[in-house]
Amino acid sequence: MELVINGDKLEVPNTVETVSNLLQHFELEQKVVIVEWNETILEKGSHQETRLCDGDKVELVHFVGGG
Amino acid sequence: MLKIGSYEFKSRLLLGTGKYPNFDVQKEAVEVSEAEILTFSVRRMNIFEPSQPNFLEKLDVKKYILLPNTAGAKTAEEAVRIAKLAKASGLCDMVKVEVIGCQKTLLPDPVETLKASEELLKEGFTVLPYTSDDVLLAKRLEDLGCHAIMPGASPIGSGQGIVNPLNLSFIIEQANVPVIVDAGVGTPSDAAIAMELGADGVLLNTAVSGANDPVKMAKAMKLAIEAGRLGFEAGRIPKKRYATASSPMEGMSVS
Repeated sequence: MELVINGDKLEVPNTVETVSNLLQHFELEQKVVIVEWNETILEKGSHQETRLCDGDKVELVHFVGGG
Repeated sequence: MLKIGSYEFKSRLLLGTGKYPNFDVQKEAVEVSEAEILTFSVRRMNIFEPSQPNFLEKLDVKKYILLPNTAGAKTAEEAVRIAKLAKASGLCDMVKVEVIGCQKTLLPDPVETLKASEELLKEGFTVLPYTSDDVLLAKRLEDLGCHAIMPGASPIGSGQGIVNPLNLSFIIEQANVPVIVDAGVGTPSDAAIAMELGADGVLLNTAVSGANDPVKMAKAMKLAIEAGRLGFEAGRIPKKRYATASSPMEGMSVS
């Protein structure tokens, strides 16, 4: 399946079915990461139930230093 | 105590987390500053480097209130999106509204700042807008229901200090919510002056992170803010044109 992650097209294995799977795939499940899926900001609780489809746009953001 | 919305703080120093030489220095600077509110930005992750260190992971986040900013936003819409992303972390409900209207001066766009603040208040955020030192704009932001007003002392990262103390004092006098002087502070004396003017707090970043010794500067800023606040509370003497002797004229021992 091909996803658009942070603006880049990326091929992910078919085992990645949900947002939770995607975070596991990139080893981000222990990180503070915020997910926007097709322009909808997801609460943490809905990562597991959000199923990904070919062409979905996913933004993965986090906190960085800033003033 | 500094009260912002439903939060209460002992410290009146709000510290930014950008541009420190390294995480160890930063961690020590944060500790020494005794700041309870730390600002952050929201950015895309580098998903190919999951082991990339992140300052947030070095902190006991329960000890601090996180104040994400909307830096990078040029419109109200972008600022609202960034604020919502930050809130979805589940770590914070405060936001520093920062909508930059000019890339050279990094001065905030007043119209977009107002719009973003209004929208975020409706969404239930604790809203702290970064604004210019415009007195009427500060009033309009307060009237919307903003929980604090954060006028700049001078352009972000410029270290020019307080370029318009008169406007700042007007903003402080009229405000019924905390006024936090944000941006432009370069030295401990700048921070002390802001506090002597009656500001409720100071938000700074580069003045500490860019100092030769950020840890020492963090301590200096903490002390300056405390000193300035005490001075404000104590009430300064009026300025006089000529001298008044401190020592009595009576009882002089003269031969």
